[in-house]
Amino acid sequence: MFAAENGLKGDPRLEAISAAIRVVPNFPKKGIMFQDITTLLLDHKAFKHTIDIFVDRYKDMQISVVAGVEARGFMFGPSIALAIGAKFVPLRKPGKLPGKVISESYELEYGHDRLEMHVDAVQSRERVIIIDDLVATGGTLSAAISLMESEGAEVVECACVIGLPEVKGQHKLKGKPLYVLVEPSGLDDFC
Amino acid sequence: MSENKEEEDPRINGIKTKIRVVPDFPKKGIMFQDITTVLLDPKAFKDTIDLFVERYRDKNISVVAGIEARGFLFGPPIALAIGAKFVPLRKPKKLPGETIFEEYELEYGSDRLEMHVGAVETGDRALVVDDLIATGGTLCAAINLLERVGAEVVECACVIELPELKGRQKLKGKPLCMLVEYR
Repeated sequence: MFAAENGLKGDPRLEAISAAIRVVPNFPKKGIMFQDITTLLLDHKAFKHTIDIFVDRYKDMQISVVAGVEARGFMFGPSIALAIGAKFVPLRKPGKLPGKVISESYELEYGHDRLEMHVDAVQSRERVIIIDDLVATGGTLSAAISLMESEGAEVVECACVIGLPEVKGQHKLKGKPLYVLVEPSGLDDFC
Repeated sequence: MSENKEEEDPRINGIKTKIRVVPDFPKKGIMFQDITTVLLDPKAFKDTIDLFVERYRDKNISVVAGIEARGFLFGPPIALAIGAKFVPLRKPKKLPGETIFEEYELEYGSDRLEMHVGAVETGDRALVVDDLIATGGTLCAAINLLERVGAEVVECACVIELPELKGRQKLKGKPLCMLVEYR
């Protein structure tokens, strides 16, 4: 669900966050209007608002794990984890994590990829939120949810800064709630 | 200039004990310094960030540049706490906008570090962050990128140093702050 529909309607912070996101046409290929969050990271106030909104939402939910999807999930997840006193768990591309891992594959437009997690990172019955910068089809987040559930952890919610039109109206992903701050910027300019 | 290792702070030992050493990763003979276990301990992770924030909050740092991907775990929390922008320095073709790049040596071959044009400006005072310094090649490339656009690199900050690899000497005279040494 979008933050504006869930208690933050008219919150000026959401507008500042949206305005700070840069759209890059035709990246990584023609027809894609890429939502670039690096400009959000350059705007200290807007970046802080982003983290504060997530922290306010999760701080009283007894969350013990924040999991972030490589690599842009790493830019948001740790700050949230630190503020709410949770562990941070990186979910990575294959071969990056040095210890014993479990992995889950997910579909790409052409082919598939895998997401890995250290086996000792999450315990049974821990309460988890999963963070990424953007949700499109939900494939990566679904793989992340599977990793958590295979360790017996409970995914409380998935949280993203941006949600593409495919997810609008979808409150759940693989049965788990989805929380999104803003819609993509600049789609109306594309002709 | 104050010492660049936080020798006496009692939090350092707590962080050191949380670093997991994984033998023979990514290949035989390497004792890999795994910081993911620090991230699993909220106190140790918080102490790591606090130590850097305390050092840099009054140094007028306007940019924290973090090196992909483990620099992204430490850089943004530091940037947020000290009021600086965060700039990711990435492997080729990840950044969507116009970029500049700097090449650096690997054991076999070379790689590139990229930065968005316009992210950092002349006069910016920069801190470069990564989880670990080994040979210093990546940090040197980062310093070069920042200096090319007119920023002043104030210091490099790493959680771990492998001093035997002498990376400190590759930093173009810039100081290094690290928390834990591994010999």
